[in-house]
Amino acid sequence: MGVAKYTKDEKDRITDVTLQSGIHVKACYGPEDLEHVGFSYEKDLAEPGQYPFTRGIHAEGFRSRAWTTRQYTGFGTPEESNERFKLMISHGQTGLNVAFDLPTQMGYDSDDPMAEGEVGRVGMAIDSLRDFEIAFKDINLEKIGSGLTINAVASIMLAMYQAVAEKFGFDPKRISATPQNDILKEMIGRGSWIFPVEPAVNLIGDTIEYSINAMPRTNPVSICGYHIRESGATPAQEIGYAILIANAYIDNVLKRGYDVDDFVGRFSFNLNVFGNIWEQVAKFRAARKLWARNLKEKYGVKKDSNMYLRGLFGGGGYGLTKAQPENNIMRGAYYALSAALAGAQTIALCSYDEAYTIPTPHSAIISLRTLQLLMDEIGLRDTVDPLAGSYFIETITKEMETKIEEEMAKIEKVGGIVQAVGTGYVQRLVSQQAYEYEKGLQSGELKKVGLNIYTEGEPMDVELHEYTGESAEKQVESLKQLRRERNDREVLRTLKELEEATRAGKNVMPYLVECCKAYATVGEMTRVFRDVFGEFQEPGLF
Amino acid sequence: MDTRPIKILVAKPGLDGHDRGAKVVAHALKEAGMEVIYTGLHKTVDQIIRIAIQEDVDVIGLSIMSGAHIPITAKLVKKAREEGIDDKMIVVGGVIPNRDIPKLKELGAKGVFPGGTPFSEIAGFINENAKKS
Repeated sequence: MGVAKYTKDEKDRITDVTLQSGIHVKACYGPEDLEHVGFSYEKDLAEPGQYPFTRGIHAEGFRSRAWTTRQYTGFGTPEESNERFKLMISHGQTGLNVAFDLPTQMGYDSDDPMAEGEVGRVGMAIDSLRDFEIAFKDINLEKIGSGLTINAVASIMLAMYQAVAEKFGFDPKRISATPQNDILKEMIGRGSWIFPVEPAVNLIGDTIEYSINAMPRTNPVSICGYHIRESGATPAQEIGYAILIANAYIDNVLKRGYDVDDFVGRFSFNLNVFGNIWEQVAKFRAARKLWARNLKEKYGVKKDSNMYLRGLFGGGGYGLTKAQPENNIMRGAYYALSAALAGAQTIALCSYDEAYTIPTPHSAIISLRTLQLLMDEIGLRDTVDPLAGSYFIETITKEMETKIEEEMAKIEKVGGIVQAVGTGYVQRLVSQQAYEYEKGLQSGELKKVGLNIYTEGEPMDVELHEYTGESAEKQVESLKQLRRERNDREVLRTLKELEEATRAGKNVMPYLVECCKAYATVGEMTRVFRDVFGEFQEPGLF
Repeated sequence: MDTRPIKILVAKPGLDGHDRGAKVVAHALKEAGMEVIYTGLHKTVDQIIRIAIQEDVDVIGLSIMSGAHIPITAKLVKKAREEGIDDKMIVVGGVIPNRDIPKLKELGAKGVFPGGTPFSEIAGFINENAKKS
């Protein structure tokens, strides 16, 4: 594995290609290849919108609905983020994808010593409902859906989202939030975990259970193969682990006595787009099929629409380079093309300056325009699943399916994903793979334009987003003011009730909503969970 | 001549959880013959200093992706001085814009390795500059 391997002869002719997931690519494909992999039109492909949904979840693909554009946005104070959200919406963006700063993601208030130097840096700082009231001001929450990139404390942010919607007069049953809420992937990559595996997974179960009735249009969990891939996994590992993680969350809710058809239709996925274009397309198509089959055969899901793999296919951060950063604009366009060719529901792109820091308005809008250009200018909405029936694509889609199943089997063999994350087994597989990839990049085996080939030319410079401590100071000041103004008795009462409910093993969501409405802070609510659950002890090393 | 391997602490300070780079560099330095200790995520500067003292490492390598490399490095250098371990070489890696490299060096980072720096360059620099204690 490591990187894709290209073998050439002395005349520079390619003699052999093996993709990163281990799929061997031939020079030419024909009907005999389909036969060789046992391809069946009915079983493997079928019509778009029909089981197993290899060709997409909608009969007419992007004709009936274009993809949602959802650039990852947020920094500084809630005021600054609100301004950027509105800028993106005014430029035609159709959904939000909210970035939180690290203290918020880790459950610390802006005035906590642990937050020093990080307030408002990589996302917006949120301490209480008052900040959400500012961040979502003048945004129609029944029309614009919001992805919330938050995991360890996703339950708190979802409760706060409900509270802000109610405060603005929107019906929680009509709002659509998509908190990322995938803690197992945080433990594999990205690292924003707080609580141990079991209570952390249980909190996710709480949000899913709660959303069934309270926020039925919300997608309470977005399973992120994305970050697992960013951490080094191959495309096949990305999907294999994502499906196993989703199953862990399903199992948690099933234990509570629900029918799988009650909730699994609201699951969504966040998958990565960088790398070999054919491998990506095959990956997305195979993922849709495997997810549907997993739900139907393993869980007995009955309703077709509950078997849809609905996804944000985007990002591509690890594919971007710091060298010659403007090349990342072109990379992004091709990455988005692979997502569009594979029938994504939502696409977002890392901006070209993200190998340096968070995007400027200029670079964020270039990413948005890239997506709009694909949608409206070059014909990607014309027909559904345009690559279907290609001998090559159908063959490698089948082969990708097998590779993904092999990766899943390896994890099942060591006791399943929860166990494998707890012991650090998955983390070690992924980090080993990351090391091999890096070696491939440094040896030039993996070619990167501007980095290890075609490095000549004018040095390119980028204008960078500036972080100033001013936003942090403002945020801490406004938190102090909140602490002076709120009704302390109400804060203490709701936090006490939250603690009792948590200790009693009740669903914490209704209690969190009450805490939010009393303007309890993210740090205070998280403190309750830290006290009851303890913290995750990172296993294994590297 | 001292033949024991250079001992380096690869540290993840602060709240940033992106550890791909730290782990990959740890692998590479180990392969280059160094003794590598990795702190794991979410360590405070105080914790890092404590581990550096306990393990008596020669080098402290910080991996920072959040953009907070300047305040974190400043804090670590100050603390190392206070604890009397400023003989240990400090190096910094991560998502670091070029314009910040001189600032980091001024603060006391001996080497700065932005994402994508070849392993050979990092290992070579450490081999040449680390003072074994």
